[in-house]
Amino acid sequence: MSLLEIQNLSKTYPGAEGKPVQAVSDVSLSVEPGEVVGIVGESGCGKSTLGRSLLRLIQPSGGRILFEGKDITDLSRHQLKTFRRDMQIVFQDPFGSLNPRHTVGTIISEPLKVHGIGTREKQKARVDELLSIVGLPEDAASRYPHKFSGGQRQRIAIARALALEPKLLVADEAVSALDVSIQSQIINLIADLQKRLSLAILFISHDLSVIRHVSDRIAVMYLGRIVEIGPAEEIMNAPKHPYTQALISAIPRPNVPRAERVVLKGELPDPSDPPTGCAFHARCPKVMEICKTKRPELIKRATGGGQRETACHLYEAA
Amino acid sequence: MRDTAETPLLSIDRLTVAAGGSTIVEDVSFVIHEGETLGLVGESGCGKSVTALSVMRLLPEPPMRFTSGSIRLKDKDLLSLREEELRAIRGDQVSMIFQEPMTSLNPVFTIGNQISEAVLLHRDVSREQAEARAVELLDRVGIPAARSALTRYPHELSGGQRQRVMIAMALACDPELLIADEPTTALDVTVQAQILELLDDLRRNTGMAVLLITHDLGVVSQYCDRVAVMYGGRIVEQASAETLFAAPQHRYTEALLATIPASNPPGTRLPAISGTVPPPGKRPPGCSFHPRCQAKIDICARELPELSGEEHLTRCWNPAT
Repeated sequence: MSLLEIQNLSKTYPGAEGKPVQAVSDVSLSVEPGEVVGIVGESGCGKSTLGRSLLRLIQPSGGRILFEGKDITDLSRHQLKTFRRDMQIVFQDPFGSLNPRHTVGTIISEPLKVHGIGTREKQKARVDELLSIVGLPEDAASRYPHKFSGGQRQRIAIARALALEPKLLVADEAVSALDVSIQSQIINLIADLQKRLSLAILFISHDLSVIRHVSDRIAVMYLGRIVEIGPAEEIMNAPKHPYTQALISAIPRPNVPRAERVVLKGELPDPSDPPTGCAFHARCPKVMEICKTKRPELIKRATGGGQRETACHLYEAA
Repeated sequence: MRDTAETPLLSIDRLTVAAGGSTIVEDVSFVIHEGETLGLVGESGCGKSVTALSVMRLLPEPPMRFTSGSIRLKDKDLLSLREEELRAIRGDQVSMIFQEPMTSLNPVFTIGNQISEAVLLHRDVSREQAEARAVELLDRVGIPAARSALTRYPHELSGGQRQRVMIAMALACDPELLIADEPTTALDVTVQAQILELLDDLRRNTGMAVLLITHDLGVVSQYCDRVAVMYGGRIVEQASAETLFAAPQHRYTEALLATIPASNPPGTRLPAISGTVPPPGKRPPGCSFHPRCQAKIDICARELPELSGEEHLTRCWNPAT
């Protein structure tokens, strides 16, 4: 049984001038216990809405969310509380997500209090333990968030997320706001914790080189849909969807010549007025007639597709 | 090989900038030649943006003070010019674009109006001629249907298009030097590629020089001729992009290149740099990188190394190569 199973999840927002915006369309995805699944895409592709919907921080418009086989899509706030222990999230901005008026100790012990876990002393001991797990000094508990750097604040947010020993962690652009030298510290920390606690992680990022580094499987999103999903190696070494190919070639990497870059034309289409057929067709260097009218399904493809599923007419169905 | 006798377009010599009791930028020297792209790279608080703003004389003075050094644009000494002389240079000989185009564009004026304004400010032309120039510029930066785009407002454009408009404004008077401060950091990766290609094409076709300020080593390696790496307010290494990335000498550059995910096999532990960048005012004595350096020797904590070398300059007591 998968730890998390998302079936045909959709989220529609009411848009300006009465035109609804389809942020997430028909996304199905599973996460196994201890697995790291990377979700990559550009702004507006729906990756953050997906992450928040599956935690029910946003109520999805359609589809089901199963956690350890139990349907949590329509649970009430009260009923959700037990599940929330097992699913936690870390956000991009460690400045906005920590209450500046609370000490770090209060912030980290908050989930324990909410769930009534342990005595005061036990909670205090757990805070000390969590601080040491994330590599912060013990005296951090009595200090306030503004005393810490961006990287240290992200460690505090991670400590809080781990307080209840969750089975699933959603990391939403958790390292994107950090400087290069700090980013690698936090990536290492998340990877260590993942192994040590056999955490499953849904790692959401716009940065494909970070996603590649941490993920077992990668899902590439474009305009609310997954366009390609499969084992990280397959996706990175032999991308099949032209969007994935462009995304990989667009990453500027040191010591990699710029020679054969695919520079896409145009920008992400308006999600309140999505194109017909494949949403990528207007920017696709390999567009065919069928792409303009018929949306390709996300399925296994015949030619050299390996384990992955690709939503692209260029390839025959397996 | 470049003729070294040629007078550089921009020449910064031992520039030191202070605010209050702290030194923000210290002893920074570099030159930029015509048609060249120099990358100024470093993490937050390293002094790269302050250096760039110094060239434009856009720093608030006070609290900022130029305590020593010089900035020369061809034959002009920028640090001794009066405000009206500087205004004649800004937007004409030297232009600048920033990370967030939305805050640099005026939301209540059309983009046609704003670009024309940039032309009228420096050129003795009619409003019609300025508008024709705006159309030409929008076309050049790849805004589709340039004439009808004139009447649009900044909020009607995407982030990538706004940055194109900013570039069009910056190009209004054919600047000799374009300073681009993190121009693509707020943009998506596919749009980032478009903007960087655009800047590179413009540089090739107009011969303008570009000072590209970024934290992204990948961007620097692919779009710059030469690179200066900053740490703790100082330039710690300077070389051609090719040399710097193939054989970094300073231990900070070396560590920075080694730590990025793209340099490492998936799933492996990243060789992290411990600690954090010291803020101005709290920079340690000696080499400011020494507390985080894996290769430090005794002298590193005591004495500041000089930036030395011929083509490849390094400020390191125990360089990597």
